[in-house]
Amino acid sequence: MTQLRRNLVHRRSLDPDWCLGAMVYLAAGVVCAVFAWILFDLLAHGLQSISWSFLTELPRSSGRKGGISSVLVSTLLILLVTMVVAVPLALATSIWLSEFTRSGGRLVAGVRMSLDVLAGVPSIVFGLFGSAFFCVFLGLGYSILAGGLTLACMVLPILIRTTEAGLSSVPHEWRQGAAALGLSKSAALWQILLPAAMPSIAAGLILGIGRAMAETAALIFTSGYVDRMPESVLDSGRALAIHIFDLSMNVSGGDQAAYGSALVLIVAIGLINLLALKISDALLAKRVVYA
Amino acid sequence: MFQSGADKGLRLGTLALALLSTSVLGLIVLFVWLEALPAMQQGPWGFFDITEPWFPLEGKRGMVPMLLGSVLCALGAVVIALPLGVASALFALYYGHAGLVRPYRWMLGLLAGIPSVVFGFWGLTVLVPLIGQVQPPGASLLAGVLILSIMILPTVALTAEAAFKAVPLATLQGAHALGLNKLRIALQVLIPAARKGLIAGVILAATRALGETMAVLMVTGNVVEVPSSLFDPVRTLTANIALEMAYATGAHRSSLFFSGLVLTLLVAMLALYAHKQEHAR
Repeated sequence: MTQLRRNLVHRRSLDPDWCLGAMVYLAAGVVCAVFAWILFDLLAHGLQSISWSFLTELPRSSGRKGGISSVLVSTLLILLVTMVVAVPLALATSIWLSEFTRSGGRLVAGVRMSLDVLAGVPSIVFGLFGSAFFCVFLGLGYSILAGGLTLACMVLPILIRTTEAGLSSVPHEWRQGAAALGLSKSAALWQILLPAAMPSIAAGLILGIGRAMAETAALIFTSGYVDRMPESVLDSGRALAIHIFDLSMNVSGGDQAAYGSALVLIVAIGLINLLALKISDALLAKRVVYA
Repeated sequence: MFQSGADKGLRLGTLALALLSTSVLGLIVLFVWLEALPAMQQGPWGFFDITEPWFPLEGKRGMVPMLLGSVLCALGAVVIALPLGVASALFALYYGHAGLVRPYRWMLGLLAGIPSVVFGFWGLTVLVPLIGQVQPPGASLLAGVLILSIMILPTVALTAEAAFKAVPLATLQGAHALGLNKLRIALQVLIPAARKGLIAGVILAATRALGETMAVLMVTGNVVEVPSSLFDPVRTLTANIALEMAYATGAHRSSLFFSGLVLTLLVAMLALYAHKQEHAR
């Protein structure tokens, strides 16, 4: 009887459970709608400019006509420099953090805090630093090398965090087992720990590449605007993200090419993410067999 | 413990590289500080003088309107993204149909991966004209707030989800056993219990918003003034650096580095606070 009465009381006012559910679904719907709006807008305007020649021709008349081949090459070179510098540094740092330190040490706490703060430094400040340090102090000038090095500093905390998470998720028994078998620490690292942490390392790598590809602000004053085909990493080169920025802000009538470039950038980042998922899955499957 | 030569080498080698990684932050602070030094020697308080305009070539370097622009954009974005993000986390954890949650998470991940320049471009071609129809010129504080709120939403949603997950199930079961309805459980039990994680997530998102450059640069109109309404254009500190670095020299260039230093300090303080919050748990 009381249950019935309660139901009746509830029916008179709006049911709060129903209310919350509706609000939550509404919020999720809004998020989906915005995402769909952005994606649809990019596809609707960008698809028509994408063709084989768009990808393989040099840009003409400030990028309004022609393609983006030199921009793609510059982007890849910048990424290459970034990863060649950042990956070994990040691997070594995370190996040291997870294998050679005890938690609670003051040095470790300092290293961790510095990396946490580094992860929060705004990208435009990385740009200022890169311009003052790599371009002027080290004399690299506006160059792909300077841009790549700047981005390496930027993605370093991401790579370290993911690699370290991967290493510390390896069960401690595996280390003890390796030690019991008489393996040296380095052998255990190369043969057991790093392969086991591979899915997480790969995921971090992809995250870093995605972040580096998306970056604009840190590159404006380091790798520069020049849209010619770069001949070496000491040449200035225009990254894809900067190309989009320049076309939409500084080049009147550049919107069409900007849509095309934006779509290329999004698709590239999407593909890289997909690849990461596949690699990570494959490595995980392999790891289960080993274990 | 016994340590072979190779192990010792590995330990020292990784230690050296770890210190090199750590020194990056020091190098950044050092070089930005060195470049900002000439501007600071002219008296750093001139930057925070509300009555002074921003004409750095004439020695007038008031950057309060831009500092305010940065803070207002970030604050507005958090105000919009927080309720949406919390609701989004509730959806992903408790409410969403299982078949919907997987693609929803996947979409949030994609949204987080969209480059800021693409958000800015979309804002410039879609959002700004739309706002311009309501009240010209369209490039405004509101456009900046909206774009930033979309950009930080995945951060807020994912951190809120993690914070909710950390709330013990027993707490929720207890609330349920007391006969509380879902709305009350969410507002009076779940959210207060996850408070610390939520705050850390919001701070993380706020630092992201404060540091964002390209997207705000493309949609806020970049007029150096204190906005009197949401429809007024603003210029943020980050946008100012991106706009003026290309041709700045001497004291002007130094002033830009000083504003970068201020921005870094602001973000670092927030990050340290979040770091403490997270590790205090």
